[in-house]
Formats: sequence, C-alpha cells, structure tokens
Amino acid sequence: MIAEAGHYALVLALGLAVVQALVPMLGARWRDPAMMAVAGPAALAQFGFVALAFAALATSYVMSDFSVANVVENSHSAMPLIYRFTSVWGNHEGSMLLWIFILALFGALVAAFGRNLPATLKANVLAVQAWIATAFLLFILLASNPFLRLADAPFEGRDLNPILQDLGLAIHPPILYVGYVGCSISFSFAIAALLEGRIDAAWARWVRPWTLAAWIFLTLGISMGSYWAYYELGWGGWWFWDPVENASLMPWLSATALLHSAVVMEKRDALKVWTILLAILSFSLSLLGTFLVRSGVLTSVHTFASDPTRGVFILAILVFFVGGSLALFAWRAPVLKQGGLFAPISREGALVYNNLFLTSACATVFVGTLYPLALEALTGDKISVGAPFFNATFGPLLVPLLLAMPFGPLLAWKRGDLLAVAQRLSGAAAIAVAALVAAFAYQGAGPVLAPIGLGLGLFVILGALTDLAERTQVLRVRFKVALARALGLPRATWGTALAHLGVGVALLGIVGETQWSAERIASIKPGDVVSLRGYDLTFEGSVPRAGPNYRELVARFTVRRGAETIAVLEPAKRTFAARNMTTTEAALLTRGVGQIYLSLGDVNSDGSVAVRLYDKPLVLLIWIGTLVMAAGGALSLSDRRLRVGAPKPARDRAAMQPAE
Amino acid sequence: MLRGLGLLLCALVLLATPARAVQPDEVLANAALEARARELSRELRCMVCQNQSIDDSDAPLARDLRLLVRERLVHGDSDGQIIEFLVARYGEFVLLKPRFSWHTLVLWLAPALVLVAGAGTIAAVLRRRRARGDANAIDQAPPLTAQEQERLARLVGADNAG
Repeated sequence: MIAEAGHYALVLALGLAVVQALVPMLGARWRDPAMMAVAGPAALAQFGFVALAFAALATSYVMSDFSVANVVENSHSAMPLIYRFTSVWGNHEGSMLLWIFILALFGALVAAFGRNLPATLKANVLAVQAWIATAFLLFILLASNPFLRLADAPFEGRDLNPILQDLGLAIHPPILYVGYVGCSISFSFAIAALLEGRIDAAWARWVRPWTLAAWIFLTLGISMGSYWAYYELGWGGWWFWDPVENASLMPWLSATALLHSAVVMEKRDALKVWTILLAILSFSLSLLGTFLVRSGVLTSVHTFASDPTRGVFILAILVFFVGGSLALFAWRAPVLKQGGLFAPISREGALVYNNLFLTSACATVFVGTLYPLALEALTGDKISVGAPFFNATFGPLLVPLLLAMPFGPLLAWKRGDLLAVAQRLSGAAAIAVAALVAAFAYQGAGPVLAPIGLGLGLFVILGALTDLAERTQVLRVRFKVALARALGLPRATWGTALAHLGVGVALLGIVGETQWSAERIASIKPGDVVSLRGYDLTFEGSVPRAGPNYRELVARFTVRRGAETIAVLEPAKRTFAARNMTTTEAALLTRGVGQIYLSLGDVNSDGSVAVRLYDKPLVLLIWIGTLVMAAGGALSLSDRRLRVGAPKPARDRAAMQPAE
Repeated sequence: MLRGLGLLLCALVLLATPARAVQPDEVLANAALEARARELSRELRCMVCQNQSIDDSDAPLARDLRLLVRERLVHGDSDGQIIEFLVARYGEFVLLKPRFSWHTLVLWLAPALVLVAGAGTIAAVLRRRRARGDANAIDQAPPLTAQEQERLARLVGADNAG
C-alpha cells in the first residue's frame, strides 16, 4: 500500500509539473496575472507529492519491505537503521528520486521566498523548473520506477554494497545532489531572462544567492566524497580523476566561474551574455554528470548500447535541455544590451581572467573525460585518459589562476593600478618566496614541485590576508579603529577573503600529501615492528569480531614514538556474508594536520599479514581548506545585500511615504 | 560511488581472492628500481578495472603487470622500453597518459586551444568596444535608461512637491 501510494504521488507530481510548465509560461507571455499565479502553489504542491513519494520509499526501506524489488536488491534487515535509510539513495532508482526531491524542494523555495521577484520572472523561472521536473519524473516513472513490487517476496534482501555502508555515503550524495540540482535555479533564471529578453543588475542579485548556495553544497559534496574515498577505499588516495569525480568537478568549475562573473554583472552591469551562458553551462554540466554516472556509458560505450533504455532516455533529456537552452541563447542573447565598460587592468578584468582560466580548466576536464568515449564510438580505438594526463594539463592551467588570485580583490573597479597592487602584495610575495627558497634548501634533492606549491599556497593565503589588512588598515591605524573598520566591512568581503584563503590552505594540503608522503609496505607477524619516519608500530595480534551484518578481523597495533606510546590503531578487514565481499577499514591517527594511515592487506597462511603504512603530512589541510572555502561562501551568502535581496517594488515604498 | 562499484565488479567478475595493491612480496630489494617501478605503475592502467592504475588496483591482472614491470626493470630495460613492450602487448589502452599522435591531437591541444581562443575573443571584444566608445567612456557612468529617467523625474518631482 505504501509503495503504491508513493508511486501514485509521483504520478500526481508529474501532472502538477506539466501544469506548472505550461500555464505560468503562457501567462507570462499574455500578461495574465491569474495564470502566472498558478506557478507558486503548483510548485509547493508538486514538492508535497514528491516528498510523499520519497517518504514512501524511505518507509519501505526502513521497514525492510521485501516485496518491493528495489528494497530487495539494495537492503538487508540486519543493517543498522541509518544504513537502511541511506540505502534509499544508494542505488539508481532511489538516487533519481532523491534528485527530483531536491529539485522540487528548490522549486518550492523559490515559490516561497521569491515574493519580491517580478511576477513574469517568477512565473517563467518556476515554469522552467517544472520542465526539468517533468522530464525527470517521466524518466523515473517510465524507466526507473523504485516502487515496483515482486510477485514472490523473498525473506531477505541482497544487502547494500558494503563499500556504501558508511556514514560518508549517508551525507555525500544528498549534499552533492543539492549542489547539482541547485545549479538548475540559475539555469531557470537564465532561461527566463532569455525568454523575456531583459536582464539587469537586479537579476544578478537574485541569481547570486542561489548560485552561491549550490556552489557551497557542490564544494562540500566533492570534498566529502574525496575524504570518504580516502579512508574507505584503503590506499590513501583522495582524488583519482575518475570520470565520476570529473562529472562533479566540471559543474563546480563552471559554477565558480559563474559566481565571479555574476559579481561583475551585479556591480557593473557588464558580462551579461557571458553570465547567462555560464548559468546554462553549469546546469548542463550537472545534467551531463547525471548522464555519465547513471547511463553506464563510462564503463564502456558497449554497455551503454547493450542496455540502452535508461541511457538513451537521459541522453534525450540532456540533448533537449542543453540543445534547447543553447539554441534559445543563440537566438535571444543578441537582444541583451551590453553594459558598463572597463579597462583590461581592473577588477572586472581580473574576474574575466579568472573566468578564462576556470573555463579552460573545465574544458580540459570535459575533453579528457569524454575523449576516450568519443574516440571509441567514432573509430573503435580504445585509449585511456587518467590521472597523469590531467596532472599534466589541468595543473598548469591552475598556476596562473592562483598566482593572479590575490591581485583580483585588490584591484579597483573600472580601471586598476597593477603596480600599486603589486606593491601592496610585496610582503606576501616576499614571505612566499622566502618559504620556497627555504623549502628547497631544506629538502635538498626532493621533489621540485613541492617548494613551488608551498610558495604558491602561502602567496594565496597571505594575499587573502593582505586584502583584509588593506581594507581595515590594521597595520597603519590604531587597533580599535581597525577593529571598527573590520566590523564595518561587508560580509561578502570577508567571505571572498576566507574562500580565497581556503584555496591556499587546500593547496598546501595537496602539496604535502602528494610530495611529502612516505609509504611502507610490509608483511609482518604478531610481535613485529614496522617503522616509518620515527613512528614504530608494533603488531600485537588480531582478533575476530562480529558486527551487525558483517564479521571482521581486527588487527591491533601500538604506535610508539621513541619510548612514548601514542596510540593504538585497529585497522580491520570486514566480510559481508550477504554479498560475500570484504572491505578494508583503514585506521587513521591524526597528528596535527597530518595523518598516519594504516591499512590491512591479506592474512597469509603462516599468520603474517600484509600492511600498508603511510605518513601523510598536511593531508587534512585538503579538506580543511575546502571547508574554509565553503564557510567563506556561507559568510558571503549571509551578506545583507543578498539576504535582503533586490529592492522592493516602487509601489511599496511609495506607500510608506508620509501623507502630505 | 560508481568507482566503488567498478572496483567491486572487478573483484566479482574475476572471483579473485582479495589482494591489495602492491604486496610486500612484490617489492624489489633495489630501492631505486622499486621507485621506478612505482612511477611506471602509476602511468599504467589496470585494464579490467575502471580507470585505476595498476599501482592502485587489487585485481590479479594488475598484480601480473606489476610483476612484469619489475621483471623487465631487473632485466635492465629502460622505462621507455618497458612502456613500448606493454603497448605492443596490450595496445594504447594500457597507458593512462595517451601518447601524442594524430588521434589524440584534439585531446592534447584542447586545453591550449580553449585558452587561446578565449583570450583572443576577450581581446577582440575589448578592442571593438574601445573602438566604439572613446577611452574616457570607461570613467563615465552609462547614460540612464528611459525607466531610470522616469523614476528620477518622479523622485525629483516628489521632493519638489514635499
């Protein structure tokens, strides 16, 4: 009954989405307020029904209703409650339902909080949202229905993939999806602007908070996925240039560019056409990501062709929205009027430079991810494009971007003075160069990239601090005055500095992990000691343990540094009976911002066990940096300018004036 | 998420006894050769896995390749010779960084092409704008739109009346 109710709720949501897609858009065209007013309530009701469907599936999972095929395939009654719940989106059908749930949520939020949007803009935005919802609801109902029943319900489910039974999975996909789907809002705003043929600074002010929110979630989602892979997959890697990772990186790069170009549009009324294009591209790349992950095209072009229903459906959605929006763009963009002029050396110029490099980096990831697929489809040649390619192409594109980053916020709008800015940054540059030289001297014949990366990271961090110091004049005036100035700075300024600082911090982490890590691989018996960089790990022995739905072999290691015992590490190997699979649970010891990483290999017949031990200095800075970036975004989002939103319609203000 | 699934598939398809990447018994006694072996392993694809290097992979095939690489190294082959040998045996697919050739031309040139085309477009737009308006236009505010004019008139009117 519950599953049928969920299924039916989805059908009703589809009906509402169709209405919401057509009526308000026609209403906006015919200037009919009643028709336009349909959009808000329709969006709210649509959200209600999708939420109902989601709740129905979640209930089936939590109650382990094994008459529902989707539950049987991805759940097991012995799993802890939290994993029974998170299995809802640990599979194709459920994750599509989560996707549409978040889409409906965003639509409802626009309907609820978009009161001071002009009526036609709001109607068009919600209509475009409904077009997307219609497409994906159709996809779920026709090709990926999670509510299908089984005639003969089995007694037990087939369990969730053990790798996914982790708290990382509980939070990573929903957060990433909020980011992906959040890009749909700026997309809808862009399409609405093209339909109306009108766009101004107020438009940018409405779009920016939505883009910023999506960006924050994308940042957190990618970062969390990276940390999850780091500790769960067992060999300490945190970024693999895997197509699935690239699928999330592309919208992030594009959304980052969009955030920056929207600033120019809001402040200076320039870069309108480009901003619209970026908004379209960001969501198109999100759709592409969904397509890549969901269609199976990545494993092989042939898998895709052998089971084409879903893949072709998503491809059709992709072609419709990307093709349609780009065609609309080509047709309508010339209507948009160009705004403020600026000199090449100016804040606007710096933001254009940022956009140029971010877009190039995004294009590099795009080509690298899709080239093998295209080549195989066209010529039958199989090639691989992996980490070494991206390191060789993506890396060099980031260097000029990072070098210029401290300059941007210090340049004046319209026409800047590069020399004066360089002077202000001389302190930061001097310290960075000194650190670079010191690192070279200290490490001798070590990796060349490390000191350079260190210097660059420090320059970015100190550059962000210089920006704050310049604005508060903290080194020139009394502390009290500087404090007052600091408090008076707009939160967006703090947000920018913080986000830029986070990039520098993350860069330091990347340098530390990739260049200064040490590794030890050994086969040891109980009582043996493995040593790495002054840490001595004694293998005390291993004990079997039973978890709720797995058995595990836990190895016990005492960590000593000199004579002092620091910690006990317990890496484990888990065996999940339902799928007869084993996973590795690495043990991590955090020391400052570095970590000791210990992961277990095979247990041999003679009682010895293979271990991999890593010392990863600064590694935590990678994720701390991304958290700082997200915090900067959040701070910027709380800026009064964005919170209050666009000015109220003139009518309201006139009403508030005193009577004469 | 899918990466994990790919890994899994790898293990399931081959029904392998689980073996982690680089086992202790594989490590060469000669540290310099071992370091070269690790470098090479990172550039080579585990062909039954999804986008994993043989250095990362658990699959038996990856182990075989790791051992093969080490065998050739001990034999005295150069890095280039080993790569040549593996490509001859398994095809270009084994390289995670494809070689520059006619069919990877677009792949390798794309980043530079996009960057140059982007920079060119920006330069052209800037020049065209500057040609249209004179250089001083930057420092002047853009003229008010009709709407803004009207609003200004209304505000001024309200002030005068008040």
